[in-house]
Amino acid sequence: MTARPISEDDLQAYVDDALPDDRRRYVSAYLAANPDVADRVRRLSEQRDQLREAYAPVLREPVPPELNLGRIVAARRQPRFASWRSVAAAVALLALGGGGGWIGRGLTQPTATGVTALALEASQSFTTYASDHGRPVELRAADSAELVAWMSKRLNAKVTAPDLTASGYRFMGGRIVPTAHGPAGMFMYDDDRGQRLVMLMRPMASSGDAPMSEHEIGRIGGVAWARAGMGYSLVGDAAPKDIHPLADVIRDQTPKI
Amino acid sequence: MSAMQDMMAAVEPQIPGLRRYARALTHDVSSADDLVQDCLERVVSRWSQRRSDGDVKSWLFAILHNLAVSQFRQVKRRGAHVAIDDANEDAFARAPSQEDGMRHRELVARLDALPDDQRDVILLVTVEGLSYAEAARVLDIPVGTVMSRLSRGRERLLRSITADEPAHPVTYLRSVK
Repeated sequence: MTARPISEDDLQAYVDDALPDDRRRYVSAYLAANPDVADRVRRLSEQRDQLREAYAPVLREPVPPELNLGRIVAARRQPRFASWRSVAAAVALLALGGGGGWIGRGLTQPTATGVTALALEASQSFTTYASDHGRPVELRAADSAELVAWMSKRLNAKVTAPDLTASGYRFMGGRIVPTAHGPAGMFMYDDDRGQRLVMLMRPMASSGDAPMSEHEIGRIGGVAWARAGMGYSLVGDAAPKDIHPLADVIRDQTPKI
Repeated sequence: MSAMQDMMAAVEPQIPGLRRYARALTHDVSSADDLVQDCLERVVSRWSQRRSDGDVKSWLFAILHNLAVSQFRQVKRRGAHVAIDDANEDAFARAPSQEDGMRHRELVARLDALPDDQRDVILLVTVEGLSYAEAARVLDIPVGTVMSRLSRGRERLLRSITADEPAHPVTYLRSVK
């Protein structure tokens, strides 16, 4: 039987002591016969030990009180005023970002404000529902037929749930949420690290399209656009440019007319 | 045990390692601990949504890593910049001897000069002791990419440290991946 030839990966795994015993013996024998390679492996091993030593002191420090897990758990059980504060901050930030204030602009520039207002509504939905552990959505993905029928009826448009599976996000479900511009449909997604995304959609006052625009309100980033009179905003706890590709995927799945 | 106790038992032992990784990324005691605190708050709030088949350690490091990356990106966007020389001198506690301390600081500075993706893999595998598969999950990249970054990063670090020594050709094997 001929063993697999020694690879660079074998040498790295040798340094990290990550080889199965028989392979390790095989690599050891190879190194004994090849002093040049053995010398390099020895220096890589020394480097590994030195790195571990250099960073080791942090491990010996006592953990400071603000990283006490028991405290963090207890703090979460307090009434969650924090999320209300962040919504208020979001409103304030958006008002600043709009220069003259978004409400004032809304009266004179319905299209621009439409998507901007939608972005705010989506961020508010995210703040309220994505942090909800017990019941983030009213109808779960298993009931998506019912959810889609409900939304189509309330939004008076044929609604389908965008599919982000190929991008690593699982459809969790959704609900109808209230906005100043009438009911909106909220869809929620998560990836396997628990990162959630919210997409909000509702009919816009104007029937046209609005180009995709990135927005960031507090920590919540997103992309909002309108297509064929329907407004969409995809938001999450990420930078807008990272959400943009996902928004592109959704836009490609929504009706053009 | 309750879910909360499960969480405490699984997460608490990892906190020193999370602090170390955060410190290695930020070079600053207080911003590193802020990152870890942020990370732990997410861990507490998302514990119930965690996929039960995933391992806790790589999940924790993934959350921390992603927070660090998005925070640095925001700093970069604002145009702020902290030079390594300005970073907190005490970011890494004193080594037993003066000589070790100098050598360690030199090594840390050289590691930091590597491209981020190579530095991150070296930190996760070498310092935090994650398996190649765990590091791949943290960084959301294939294991083969972990291996090639590790190999390239280590080689580069070795060369940068022995740069004063006469250069000699390295016997470098090609990866079969």
